[in-house]
Amino acid sequence: MDRMLHIDGLTKQFGSFTAVDNISFSVNRGEVLGFLGPNGAGKTTAMRMVSGFLTPTSGTAYVGGYDVTTEPLEVKRRIGYLPEGAPLYEDMTPNELLAFISDVRGLSGAVKREAISTAASRINIEHVMHQAIGTLSKGYKRRVGIAQAILHDPEILILDEPTDGLDPNQKHEVRKLINEMAKEKVIVISTHLLDEVDTVCSRAIVIAQGKIVADGTPADLQARSDLHNAVSLRLAASLSDKAKGTIEAVSGIDRVVQSSIDGDFVNFTAFSKSGQVVIDEVSAALKSADIDVLEIQAERGRLDEVFRRLTTAA
Amino acid sequence: MGTSWAISKRELRAYFTTPLAYVFIVIFLALNGVTAFYFGGLFDRGQADMQPLFGFLPWLYLFLIPAIAMRLWAEERKAGTLELLMTLPVSTFNAVFGKFLAAWIFAGIALALTFPVWITVNYLGDPDNGVIIASYLGGFLMAGSYLAIGGFVSSMTRNQVIAFVIGAAVIFLFMMSGLELVQSAFRGWAPDLVVDLVRSFSFLVHYDAIVRGVIDIRDMIFFVSIIGVFLFATMVVVDLKKGA
Repeated sequence: MDRMLHIDGLTKQFGSFTAVDNISFSVNRGEVLGFLGPNGAGKTTAMRMVSGFLTPTSGTAYVGGYDVTTEPLEVKRRIGYLPEGAPLYEDMTPNELLAFISDVRGLSGAVKREAISTAASRINIEHVMHQAIGTLSKGYKRRVGIAQAILHDPEILILDEPTDGLDPNQKHEVRKLINEMAKEKVIVISTHLLDEVDTVCSRAIVIAQGKIVADGTPADLQARSDLHNAVSLRLAASLSDKAKGTIEAVSGIDRVVQSSIDGDFVNFTAFSKSGQVVIDEVSAALKSADIDVLEIQAERGRLDEVFRRLTTAA
Repeated sequence: MGTSWAISKRELRAYFTTPLAYVFIVIFLALNGVTAFYFGGLFDRGQADMQPLFGFLPWLYLFLIPAIAMRLWAEERKAGTLELLMTLPVSTFNAVFGKFLAAWIFAGIALALTFPVWITVNYLGDPDNGVIIASYLGGFLMAGSYLAIGGFVSSMTRNQVIAFVIGAAVIFLFMMSGLELVQSAFRGWAPDLVVDLVRSFSFLVHYDAIVRGVIDIRDMIFFVSIIGVFLFATMVVVDLKKGA
């Protein structure tokens, strides 16, 4: 079965506060699931329950068929987990830390050496392997944390904010690594960076106040945006009124908004009614009205807008 | 058991990569010297034995053992590494036992480094080495039970200072229960059974018996049980308070 991770009614209450409220979903091999939500939505709590750190109040998670509440060790053997903030033993060097993780995970001898050097080279930390972790930069610490999670080549990788604190180049490296590993694994990452969802995730789940409010591909989520299939245009300011009237007359256009003016040019956004494709009609109308357009493009939708709407609607 | 040992190795390395281990050992040996020779009059009393050293050991341990134990869990909790450790395929028992074992080995190393005193008394006289070996065993067992208590207290907090102070206080209560001061407080009103029960929980009573050279299986069982009970309590706390 390729249904490697199955979450069933997972709930966690702290006193009277419900941090995670009855969430259920499954993830298959080859999927990279982005777990989205504002801070405090319950992402970390949910991940901690799946990784076996917190005991669910009710519900459970199955990893490779093992129930985390009854067989936590089997689950932990199959998971590579990066906790939020990548906590590490700062008095150890990355080499010592990875050796310790290998020992605990039962790797020894040549297998252990091979695992450590592979993880180190995949995540590019070879040249700091013998420096105390406490002296490393935030980016290196994060990468050592990821190395620790991928050390035993787990089937399931759960990474809580893997690119937090990394510079753009390092972010790119980590995303590349996630994409490389995606084929043969189940990867769950939590993030609040929406471009990350676009670049690495094949599926996104948005949670707010402990509940799942959306579950779909990043494109599905974008389609929920008002901007989905809207048309953006840039043209000379002198033509602005004429163009606006022309576009508004096109059937399927809901409204036209002038988004900005810079110098002699204006930018318009034409929203379509219920997200239908209107770019061909708009460009045909403009052409027949003899209006020169400098730029015209169809919008895919903005994730941040969808995210805000989903997570603030209470 | 392999995972327990992996954790023990890491803990032992952590003691020795920070100055903690060296500071501890130097202070432990210096205080041992002061108490045994100055207060205990090891030379002046004209007897070839190590009674002065072992007589003061429970009191030195009262302050020094909580200093080893305080970091065991509080540090992990504070640094967040508890989450790293407890999401590895490690049972709570293995984690608790591995950490305890490392601290116990470390305390054992410090105790073993008092060996020059043993050599000295053997050079100067003809001590009963059986009693001395029993005393070392008693000291080691006592260190273990202090560590189990200190580790238990450490598992309840993220603050090492609190772990130290509370740990020392709890150990002090266990020590005092055998002293006349405490006993007389109970004797006035409580039945003999209760007085004996309180007394039976005293570290000093059991330790003194072993240090006198009387290795009674019941004294050994007492220390091993204290270790077992507090390691179990630590497991319960670690499991319950993981996310806190």
